[in-house]
Amino acid sequence: MDLYEYQGRDLFERHGLPVLAGGVATTPEEARAIAERLGGRVVVKAQVKVGGRGKAGGVKLAEGAEETVARATDILGMDIKGHTVHKVMITVTADVAEEYYFSYLLDRANRTFLCIASVAGGMDIEQVAADTPEKVVKAPIDAVKGVDEAKAREIVEAAGFPAEVADQVVETAVGLWKAFVAEDATLVEVNPLAKTKDGKLLLLDAKISLDENAGFRHPDHEALVDQATVDPLEQAAKEKDLNYVKLDGEVGIIGNGAGLVMSTLDVVAYAGERHGNVKPANFLDIGGGASAAVMANGLEIVLSDPSVKSVFVNVFGGITACDAVANGIVQALDLLKQRGEEVTKPLVVRLDGNNAEAGRAILDGANNPLIERVDTMDGAAERAAELAAAGV
Amino acid sequence: MAIWLTKDSKVIVQGMTGSEGSKHTRRMLAAGTNVVGGVNPRKAGTTVDFDGAELPVFASVADAMKETGADVTVIFVPPQFTKGAVIEAIDAEIPLAVVITEGVPVHDTAAFWAYNVAKGERTRIIGPNCPGIASPGASNAGIIPADITGAGRIGLVSKSGTLTYQMMYELRDIGFSTCVGIGGDPIIGTTHIDALAAFEADPDTDAIVMIGEIGGDAEERAAEFIKANVTKPVVGYIAGFTAPPGKTMGHAGAIISGSAGTADAKKAALEAVGVKVGKTPTETAKLMRELMSGR
Repeated sequence: MDLYEYQGRDLFERHGLPVLAGGVATTPEEARAIAERLGGRVVVKAQVKVGGRGKAGGVKLAEGAEETVARATDILGMDIKGHTVHKVMITVTADVAEEYYFSYLLDRANRTFLCIASVAGGMDIEQVAADTPEKVVKAPIDAVKGVDEAKAREIVEAAGFPAEVADQVVETAVGLWKAFVAEDATLVEVNPLAKTKDGKLLLLDAKISLDENAGFRHPDHEALVDQATVDPLEQAAKEKDLNYVKLDGEVGIIGNGAGLVMSTLDVVAYAGERHGNVKPANFLDIGGGASAAVMANGLEIVLSDPSVKSVFVNVFGGITACDAVANGIVQALDLLKQRGEEVTKPLVVRLDGNNAEAGRAILDGANNPLIERVDTMDGAAERAAELAAAGV
Repeated sequence: MAIWLTKDSKVIVQGMTGSEGSKHTRRMLAAGTNVVGGVNPRKAGTTVDFDGAELPVFASVADAMKETGADVTVIFVPPQFTKGAVIEAIDAEIPLAVVITEGVPVHDTAAFWAYNVAKGERTRIIGPNCPGIASPGASNAGIIPADITGAGRIGLVSKSGTLTYQMMYELRDIGFSTCVGIGGDPIIGTTHIDALAAFEADPDTDAIVMIGEIGGDAEERAAEFIKANVTKPVVGYIAGFTAPPGKTMGHAGAIISGSAGTADAKKAALEAVGVKVGKTPTETAKLMRELMSGR
């Protein structure tokens, strides 16, 4: 889960890291209250999870409460690269003398964590690394040992931070690591990490990603999810413990296992190239035990997407037996009918693996004109795409 | 022969008394795996009946190894306890630990991996969030269905579960030496490269199928490894060509960030080193079939 800048600022503040005083507002009135509390000159920043907001006019200075209200009014509701601004962060300003870069992140390739630090901050670090690699330090972090003062000092010296801020950067590096671990983050990026004209170190931006697998340790993280931007179908699926991702095509997809479902999306997209360019409408992994109830929930979610014209159920029975899946499909259609949500879109079903013959016989025996059985994955994708194209 | 798991492997199960653990212990036994016991400190000294097979429960991995000579552990404990279970296995220096558990925090995986490295990597870790390892006809450690395919001379390494089963099914007439599901998490113990190296060295493997998916750059690094080290033919498949950037597709590691981790980049990297990459699982199986029939 990626956090907004204001959530990152709050998180840093909670962990005792030096940030600018501020708050977040969803209305101009809230902005006024924050400006009055902070006093003097403030900066109003659009809260969107996309870069380039400054250029788009999403970051403005304001003097006093009235101007803050005016700037907040301008920015709230703005569209930045397809993201609507629902919130603005308001902070006091800082007299910045120098800008640095500092981050901790997951290093998949080396199966550990990495610290990236540079005295050339404030700009795109990938660009800095490409143009002047000598200015960027990449230090692997041992996940068990972590970052203590000695390790932090090693990084600070390697990156060449100026002597007058070295101690502060060391302290921040240790504190930031503690926050990174305590919050189960996979990324904390501070760009810029700034030195003010009076020599103080400040974390002026926050880009943070949290590990959703660690949710059981962090009941408070749930509140960081921005409900306004969650797709309603994805939310409904989550409540039913289904792994659903909304896409923008016409063929609804239900399968078991993440890899197989990903593969199903591809096969349908290829088939779509021959049938009116239809595409997969979603990713939906119903997991191992595909009971009738789970299948009904899955079908309900997929079919409540109005752009879906046909559904492809692609199951390889590994541990799951295909006869159970077939019964699940037949019962799910009945169940939906009872709920008053009768299915009218065609279902193409491919069953293979454990008890496939029995499963296919159940589908045939159901004599439901909406269920079409195709026994190969590629063939079934072809048929589902064809039906979707005909239904568009 | 096979890689890492043979008919002589003695397997214990951490979490054998839980619902998933007991279900799959039964399946592993039915597949002919030599399961010799389980670990649960609260139930140490008791036995569990699996259709007539009485399996002892031990207090620790170390105890189980001492009493039974176990050399493989399969871990089914819930995510909250996975780190502790793996560290226990590492401390006991068991040669192979297969971590099935899904939903392990990546900080926990990073921690037990760093711990394993510090201890000299005496334990090979497969997973987490993986279906396990199966050497058809010999032994099965994990949740890979045993009846899809018989023994043969193809080696398979994959990030995915059901997609692995699909590929095993497609090529069931040829059969497999060993199938390894390495898991779809951002940090995993055993990588594509480890499996490629083992298959290259295995006299009973003639060709290798490698299944990857979007996210990270493991497939690209595997391609470099193949170029320098693998003489056996490799056929590849990558899932997620049509996945949009920024969305996690089921597996915690299956996400395209910016331009990194795309299926196209992975396919290109593999093809550049002579690996034939199929567009679909069926086409990939066909490429392997052509290759094997020419031998």
